[in-house]
Amino acid sequence: MTVRHQVAIVGAAETTELGNIPGMSAIELHADAALNAITDCGIDPARIDGVACAGQSPVAVAQYLGITPRWLDGTSVGGCSFMLHVRHAAAALAADMCDTVLITHGESGRSRVGVGGFGGFGGATLQGQFEAPYGPTGPPTMFPMGVLRYMKDFGLTHEQLAMVAVVQREWAGRNPRSMMRDPIAVEDVLASRMIAYPMHLLECCLVTDGGGALILTRADRAGDFPTPPVYVLGTGESSETPMVSQMEDFTTSKAFRVSGAQAFSEAGISPSDVDHLMIYDAFAHLPIYGLEDLGFVGRGEAGAFIEEGNTRPGGRLPLNTNGGGLSYTHTGMYGMFALQEAVRQVRGTAPAQVPGVEISVAHGVGGMFAAAGTVILTNQPG
Amino acid sequence: MPDRLAPEASPETQPFWDGCAAGQLRLQRCSSCDAFYFPPRPFCPTCLSGEVVWETVSGRARLHTYLINHRAAPGFEAPYAIAVVQLEEGPRMMTNIVGIENTPENLVLDMALQVTFEPRGEMMLPVFEPAR
Repeated sequence: MTVRHQVAIVGAAETTELGNIPGMSAIELHADAALNAITDCGIDPARIDGVACAGQSPVAVAQYLGITPRWLDGTSVGGCSFMLHVRHAAAALAADMCDTVLITHGESGRSRVGVGGFGGFGGATLQGQFEAPYGPTGPPTMFPMGVLRYMKDFGLTHEQLAMVAVVQREWAGRNPRSMMRDPIAVEDVLASRMIAYPMHLLECCLVTDGGGALILTRADRAGDFPTPPVYVLGTGESSETPMVSQMEDFTTSKAFRVSGAQAFSEAGISPSDVDHLMIYDAFAHLPIYGLEDLGFVGRGEAGAFIEEGNTRPGGRLPLNTNGGGLSYTHTGMYGMFALQEAVRQVRGTAPAQVPGVEISVAHGVGGMFAAAGTVILTNQPG
Repeated sequence: MPDRLAPEASPETQPFWDGCAAGQLRLQRCSSCDAFYFPPRPFCPTCLSGEVVWETVSGRARLHTYLINHRAAPGFEAPYAIAVVQLEEGPRMMTNIVGIENTPENLVLDMALQVTFEPRGEMMLPVFEPAR
């Protein structure tokens, strides 16, 4: 059994504000997005009987919103957690374990209001023993670890890497909610401050406040709601290693490959059927890895593919059309925003709408190539 | 300047750190499938056999990949490289490169390196320097 076409996203919304929200704590960002998603589809909140979220406990979010759940998912594997929530919710709904699932994200990444500290990277953990002593200072000094290896093995240039940020800024310029909207050129990217060679500031994601929420139900109940149903066509998930230094191959993500292949197999489509694509871009190299690991281009071809303009406005594979983590927003666990943009594009309501989108893929990463989740959406009924 | 972060051994990794204190890089090797592996655990991650032994390895490695951190951690002076080396015996590990200025020009992928040890608190930490 698969979940193909059995489940639909009927409600979707982000927080009212995005970017700098010092007046809201993390749990309130979850709630603000949830209330907007409830308004989006006009659902009676009492009907929501499933809750999934990451960052906060689903127990806390359910209680905060007055929900009595009979299904919970607190899967928290980083920024792709929400792709996994969609996958798990689809299975639960298909099995009739609940009627309607609310998935929430809220993170005070910039203002740090009502958030706990970071954990799990010190003391006698394996990361604490075998990575932390060598002086990493957060994701920018760990996540791009494989970029130089990729450059040597496949000939990717610094200019091609910079083009990822340039193209996404083009999309962001068409989106009034994007934090960074002014056009940039390759030279601007390469002249921006060096954060962790070879990554410059403009090749690293933003740090923002915000959130988003999704409401899912079984496809045969989607007619209860006024919004156009966005059907779940295929899903995948996987993980590789919590330690970036222990990746099997620094030029490709095993979790990406496993998750992507599962989602395409379930959907019964190939990459050439995809009209619109979101690849979680915490850093500029991620769309390059994603394009290859999901099978959109061959190994070593993604840098040139982006440089040739295939992913920019008017190109044949529009990618990260909200501006992405590099230019739109990045709260910390950005995967929810990739899903939100995929839903908007499939509904036909995106600020930078791509004409005629029928199939969209939203692919997320968790940790530093630690985990992955893939969701394929369509507006076409089964 | 504050001290650099020191590792803290766990029961499963103690023999590794004992080796470092003795100036030796020690890895576990599976007696069933013969593979070396890292980080330490009391079974082989390839075949799950518990028949594993500690061996002192060559300390020879090649620079597999790295980045240069421009935002210093406590006790470090930026910029400095955070690297991953490929040990001659197969496993890879994160490390720092010492004995050479950490610039993109100096640090050439696949260059030959050898292990050396530097004190961190009461522990000795394996780091790598260009092979002599």
